[in-house]
Amino acid sequence: MAYRFDFAAVWDYAPVLAHGLALTVVLTVASTALGIAVGVAGAAARTASHPLPRRLVAVYVEAIRNTPFLVQLFFVFFGLPSLGIRIGEWQAALLAMVINLGAYSTEIIRAGIEATPRGQIEAGESLAMSRAQVFRHVILVPALRRIWPALSSQVVIVMLGSSVCSQIAVEELSFAANFIQSRNFRPFEVYFVATALYLGLAVATRWVLARVGGAAFGRRRHG
Amino acid sequence: MSLRSVMKAFGLMIGLAAGAAALAPGGAHADALESIAKQGVLKVAVPQDFPPFGSVGIDMKPLGYDIDAAALIAKDLGVRLELVPVSSSNRIPYLTTGKADLVISSLGKNAEREKAIDFSVAYAPFFNGIFGPADVAVHGPADLEGRKVGVTRGSVEDIELSRIVSDKVTINRYEDNNGTISAFLSGQVELIATGNVVAAAILAKNPPRKPEMKFLIKNSPCFVGLNKGETALLERVNAAIQKAKADGSLNQIALKWLKAPLPADL
Repeated sequence: MAYRFDFAAVWDYAPVLAHGLALTVVLTVASTALGIAVGVAGAAARTASHPLPRRLVAVYVEAIRNTPFLVQLFFVFFGLPSLGIRIGEWQAALLAMVINLGAYSTEIIRAGIEATPRGQIEAGESLAMSRAQVFRHVILVPALRRIWPALSSQVVIVMLGSSVCSQIAVEELSFAANFIQSRNFRPFEVYFVATALYLGLAVATRWVLARVGGAAFGRRRHG
Repeated sequence: MSLRSVMKAFGLMIGLAAGAAALAPGGAHADALESIAKQGVLKVAVPQDFPPFGSVGIDMKPLGYDIDAAALIAKDLGVRLELVPVSSSNRIPYLTTGKADLVISSLGKNAEREKAIDFSVAYAPFFNGIFGPADVAVHGPADLEGRKVGVTRGSVEDIELSRIVSDKVTINRYEDNNGTISAFLSGQVELIATGNVVAAAILAKNPPRKPEMKFLIKNSPCFVGLNKGETALLERVNAAIQKAKADGSLNQIALKWLKAPLPADL
């Protein structure tokens, strides 16, 4: 192979990469927290007895799950200003990521909730727990424990998907890589480094989420 | 692909015909202006893939700023115009091998080219600048501080802009010209750094936010290229361009294709 690697050409831009990596982490952490909150609220509405919230959330979930993230991002960033709603690039990126993760996590958490054995709810009710107490302790927490691995995978997908935010000039990790290769014309080295950073970030995300899940819900006690 | 090869073949045919004409007795070594007058034909190399300077219309005829400028010069010389479609890589060889008398193909001047051919006075503006709506008061790089400027990543204007402004200026870099244009039109950036040709393309869509030139980043106007030593032809072409500048006919061409008047210093 005649190609001569020159990683020093990438090292010169280490601060740009560090800044991009930091922004990707911040976007991921913030969108995970808010997205899961949206997902819990969405799943509660999706399993409600009243048909109106059920249908509204179903429309939201299907609209988001059946359109590409890039288009959702462009809709927020380039489209909403036409309606007089103008938000900056990182806010647009965060909003799009929250909306996206919110829809997927609604479905994932709903699956966990629907897997709750009927007798468990009845047991809670017979202990004179309020509806809110039943939802929280008997339905939601065991549901989250059940679907945590699936939810963690979805978070990793959203983290990797944040790379398309470079399209609206959000200076995250992919933007940094694109920027550097437009200056040093060393795309192979730059994307090599960026790929390694994403891989490391994905592994770290899974590790952190496993810890968070363990601390919040304890070990999985049943399938 | 096939359109391009057809056009290339077409160009080649014209080129061959032109070459044969140039080799005709008395044509090759005589004064170019004399032989143009004698044959009654001015052969001009024009672009076919660089709108708005030169492209091919739906009727397969070349059209654009360069084509109109060629027609203007041919009219001034009182001869028939023959267009020779060329690409940016072969436009100078077409001239030096006698397949065209003039190159009017959005040709910029540089030291390397000046060794090979002569240049007329400038006939078309070509520059990169900061563009923004009329109500944004910006006159120089210092005025950009605290503002957001959109630019296409890795373009000439990106490199120049990054060089001349301080880090108090937010530069939003987009993937391609379409991203930069969308960011400007949706108001996500107040100003953009781009070429006058791109600004003209935005104006052609007649948007609510109209990009106006604020200040220049890099100027590289277009010149007519001629073979070396054709002083008589050079003087005649310069005179034709100066006359067109003076009587406003070149300005008409600029308004038509670039949607902006000719800069005063051209």
